[in-house]
Amino acid sequence: MSAVLLDSQSFTPYHAVLMTNASTSALRPRNSGPEGASLFPNQHLLMIAGMKPWEITFLLDEAEQWVNFNRQTRKQTDVLKGLTQINLFFEDSTRTRMSFEIAGQRLGADVSSMAVAQSSVKKGETLIDTAQNLAAMRPDIIVVRHQESGAIQLIADVVSAYTRCAVINAGDGRHEHPTQALLDALTIRRHKGSFEGLTIAICGDILHSRVARSNFQLLMALGARVRAVAPPTLMPTDIERLGVEPYTHMDDGLKDADVVIMLRLQQERMHGAYVPSTREYYYFYGLTDARLKHAKPDVLVMHPGPMNRGVEIASSVADAVNVSAITEQVEMGVAVRMACLDVLTRQARGIEGWA
Amino acid sequence: MSSFAIHNLDGPDVYITNGIISAQGAADASEIDGRGCMAMPGIIDSRVFAIDAAAFARGGITSVCLMPDQSPVLDTAQAIAHATRLGGETVSVHPLNAATKALQGNEIAELGLGQLAGAVAVSTGRTGIASTLVMQRLLSYATRFNLTVISHAEDVSLIAGAVATEGEFATRLGLRAAPAYAEAIAVQRDIMLCEMTGAKLHVAQATTRRGLDIIRAAKARGVCVTCGITPAHFMLNELATARWHTGCRVSPPLRHEDDRLAVIEAIVDGTIDMIASGHDPCPIDAKRLPFAESAPGMATAECLLPLALTLVHAGHISLERLQELLCLAPAKLLGFVNGTHAIGTVADLVLVDINAPVKIPAEMQSGFGTLPLSGKVMMTIKNGHVIFKR
Repeated sequence: MSAVLLDSQSFTPYHAVLMTNASTSALRPRNSGPEGASLFPNQHLLMIAGMKPWEITFLLDEAEQWVNFNRQTRKQTDVLKGLTQINLFFEDSTRTRMSFEIAGQRLGADVSSMAVAQSSVKKGETLIDTAQNLAAMRPDIIVVRHQESGAIQLIADVVSAYTRCAVINAGDGRHEHPTQALLDALTIRRHKGSFEGLTIAICGDILHSRVARSNFQLLMALGARVRAVAPPTLMPTDIERLGVEPYTHMDDGLKDADVVIMLRLQQERMHGAYVPSTREYYYFYGLTDARLKHAKPDVLVMHPGPMNRGVEIASSVADAVNVSAITEQVEMGVAVRMACLDVLTRQARGIEGWA
Repeated sequence: MSSFAIHNLDGPDVYITNGIISAQGAADASEIDGRGCMAMPGIIDSRVFAIDAAAFARGGITSVCLMPDQSPVLDTAQAIAHATRLGGETVSVHPLNAATKALQGNEIAELGLGQLAGAVAVSTGRTGIASTLVMQRLLSYATRFNLTVISHAEDVSLIAGAVATEGEFATRLGLRAAPAYAEAIAVQRDIMLCEMTGAKLHVAQATTRRGLDIIRAAKARGVCVTCGITPAHFMLNELATARWHTGCRVSPPLRHEDDRLAVIEAIVDGTIDMIASGHDPCPIDAKRLPFAESAPGMATAECLLPLALTLVHAGHISLERLQELLCLAPAKLLGFVNGTHAIGTVADLVLVDINAPVKIPAEMQSGFGTLPLSGKVMMTIKNGHVIFKR
């Protein structure tokens, strides 16, 4: 008997919804145009998984122009004038939410943010009702962060049934955080030129990290060798099946690395003893100057923030001017999010994908 | 009581006289044309969470064991006595006594009084019992009443918060996952306690290769253990929950494909004794949530027979073995007299056209989609009364 693997489209209540979702040909520009017309034929940005390398590269290329734009004194354009962007954050965030707000504002969109503390979710409204109500307000972009993996997909399914609104995943549970991976990639590319031949070590709390999952997919899609460095209790099962090389010893994992991405030890997600203490964690997994010597001399150190100084990274490393790209990542974040907002609304604005 | 003579079956004619299967037709018997159908005993479903009489009748299920996870919990004689009456004329409801008070896993419930009120066995409910000491006392005490203890085989602390099985799939989806070992560890513990106390243990669902291997070995050395399964675990693997498809969220979670194949092997070689529906209809609002927040469970009673028949159609088991899995084995486990359609027994009978195509009803599609099945229940007879006829 063959495996009976069912397609989620058969779940009746979502059936109609799912039929209209997906990145189908209907969403491509009507004019099939010259080559490149479907460089980014997706309605939403939900995950890096499944994205083609050229789609990723396209977004990175688009982001470059906004890096320079953002360095001007007057940094506002009317690209998204008249469009409405809603930031919906079910989970606390400062920098990601601020980054999306600034990105939308600089592009001229009307930006509203809704944090869970103010929302009707606290009054018992379901996620689907919240999504439907927001969709009914006819936004053009909804940026969502949620504490459960898959929640953004659910919202995108609902929203797609109503409008052509783009949904951007600003982090769902442990699943993905695609714009973080894109901004990490942009930072790396600006320092290293390309990804081919690079060895990138992603270190720390891999288990709870959506940043790690998005980065694995993205960096490998672009040709880098990726290592996952974590204590065994914070290493997801079968991680090597994703194509990354697992290491449980920091020094081995750092050896000859071109880039080191440190992850935050997510103590708030830890219900149970994953590591005995932050003191022991720092001793074996903290990124110190001495430990960093195992990496290449021109190593680039990154961290998605917020940092736990003295837990996963020493201040001397985090603040080292020629080594650390941590604040630069934040700068790239705004540019990458501007590119995503721009590209994902081109269909609605009647602009071809390559324009 | 009416009398029937059923002719033209695939197999010998069946006669029912005053509600009892008889060797010859009564003079006043009404004639039933059973052309194209096979007669089999009414299905005894050893695991349901809700009494859904219409679905049971359509599915050819004439007896059910009701899980103690009700509101209120089936942990008192009163609640149990009430539950026995829920099925009316169309289905015999056999309540399972909650193993511990309020299913909290701390204090043994009143097993003896529950048995007097109609409980046929003891069940730990949706979760296992965390404390080895409580489980040992439970098994030991149950021997006094010759009650089988039905356990949920997942180690409680290992599965805390988990909604998927550890592995590449859960890692990619970012779902909180528990190792498949959680089942084997629980099965091993319960079997050892069963050997220690001499109790009768029934593992409600064994869904992993390791868990099944332990049960197989225990049976070989004569331990009094039996094992059940529900359709999700021989029909589906974890990939069915791709894109966070909550319709396929079940407990225990769906497993790796190798485990699914191990389940089929265990059904074939007899390690798994019976197939139950695990009928657990969830309100749609409980499924339209992010995966981890959604409720586990599927409504499976109505299609239990066609789902189980896939094993016959695929050549894994014979029709006789299927009847054993659906009728005889649960009857034997629970000490029922029915489970057969031998002469002299109460007429709980199903006529099935095993080749007729079946469409999964819309309300059940959350789990199995629009999978084409075959094996249509054409008539269900309970206590000599036709309670469903297509």
